[in-house]
Amino acid sequence: MKKIRKPCGLHCIKVKHLGVALNGHDILKDINLHIHCGSINAIIGRNGAGKSTLIRAILGDIPHSGEIAFKDRENGRVQKLKIGYVPQKINIEKDTPLSVYDLIASYCWCFPVFLKKSRKMEEKIKQSLDVFEAGHLIDRQVCTLSGGQLQRVMLAMAVMDEPNLLLLDEAVSGVDPNGVELFYRTMEFLKQNFDLAVILISHDLDYVLKYADKVILLDQTVLKEGSAKEVFQSVEFEKAFGADELPGYVKRRKLFV
Amino acid sequence: MFDYGFMRNAALAILIITPLFGLLGTMIVSKKMAFFSDALGHSALTGIAIGVLLHIADTDIAMAVFAVLFAMALNFISSRSGASTDTVISVFSSCSVAIGLAVLSKNGNFSNYSSLLVGDILSITKREIFSLFLLFLFTVFFYSLCFNWLNAAAIHRALAKSRRIPVRLMEYLFAVFTALVVTLSIRWVGILIINALLILPAAAGRNLSENMREYHFFSILFSLFSGFAGLITSYYTNVATGPVIVVFASALYFGTYFYKRNLE
Repeated sequence: MKKIRKPCGLHCIKVKHLGVALNGHDILKDINLHIHCGSINAIIGRNGAGKSTLIRAILGDIPHSGEIAFKDRENGRVQKLKIGYVPQKINIEKDTPLSVYDLIASYCWCFPVFLKKSRKMEEKIKQSLDVFEAGHLIDRQVCTLSGGQLQRVMLAMAVMDEPNLLLLDEAVSGVDPNGVELFYRTMEFLKQNFDLAVILISHDLDYVLKYADKVILLDQTVLKEGSAKEVFQSVEFEKAFGADELPGYVKRRKLFV
Repeated sequence: MFDYGFMRNAALAILIITPLFGLLGTMIVSKKMAFFSDALGHSALTGIAIGVLLHIADTDIAMAVFAVLFAMALNFISSRSGASTDTVISVFSSCSVAIGLAVLSKNGNFSNYSSLLVGDILSITKREIFSLFLLFLFTVFFYSLCFNWLNAAAIHRALAKSRRIPVRLMEYLFAVFTALVVTLSIRWVGILIINALLILPAAAGRNLSENMREYHFFSILFSLFSGFAGLITSYYTNVATGPVIVVFASALYFGTYFYKRNLE
């Protein structure tokens, strides 16, 4: 990470008419989103609503129709969108000889990690890990990290080359309650100190209410978007979660109504 | 013993082949491709059979071309098909072994090819050593350029893609390099044991290592050690070299495994 800078609020990411079809079956259709830099955007929805698919489509991992544009809000200049991504989980088996340094260096530089540790790269990785209080983990084996530690390492890597958009696919699954709070505070910190927009998938509606600037209720398409309160009190939310298999959702929802 | 020309050649060949196997083996183990490289070894039989059918004098070329196509087809199908990869590979592997055996055993001639099964490193010539050396240089070059990308793609494909790493290209290139290394050394190492030589040193190295540098260092060291220990032992005991090399590599694997267990 070169420098920390304030979000300018002048960039935006526009998703227009995005659709994903698999085997002739629509998984997502006509998704329109407008994401500003310096904002936390939470995607919520039932299981199987297409949340992860939307993340993967924005990421370019699966083919989609429609377009995703990244623009300066002032003069409308189109720029190349740089995306930082934190996957739901990475499968690293027990005893894999891969250190945190190896992991990050493999994704960020070309100098082969099996040859020699580069002092310069090590320094940079350490710096960005330090931002997430994970500097001491640099030589640890990735498979020995706890869920929360691995998440901080992945976050450090994701924001290392200053992305414009940070995508998090249920990044708090497998993290203890304290870790979840810490995670959302980190998101807040990123929002305030980096020039980027955050899109995350979340099941913790309490935290969404507390931290998200914008909530997107998804089921094949965008059912409702707006502030957390607006969405949680809407008819669409009631329909989506009303008599659903997730009682936690309903219970939490009643707190706000 | 190095007074004999064939022993000097064999030693040179081992000096080239074993580090190469140690190097590729680490990635094959990390990517869980052990079954894939095994199938590649078996495809050599079909390659030779095709060479015989088409009357191509240099069966090495027929073998290499077939193995590269075979590797790419395997890669393609396992990325597409819904069936689990090991089933797909198994189908391909058995099919190619069957075709190879059927063609080569015509008129009861299979004994002409039986040396392929265990390999014969003592018969390698200077020219063949040279082509192995070229392959060695290419592989080292490829590895120094692309290792990080290969590694990144092996850890998490979508994450690698998000970093604009050409994941698919890397997967194909790695498959092609593995195919070439396997086929060009199969005559010396043998179809039945070539996979052991790819997997065992890396697996033993994995038992001792915490990071990529240790992993590759141990893998290459173990590979070289089993190669030379095997060659020297086979000279004094008059046993085929390939199997003795694998026995040493296996011993190293078990040794490191129990060492690690004891530490825990």
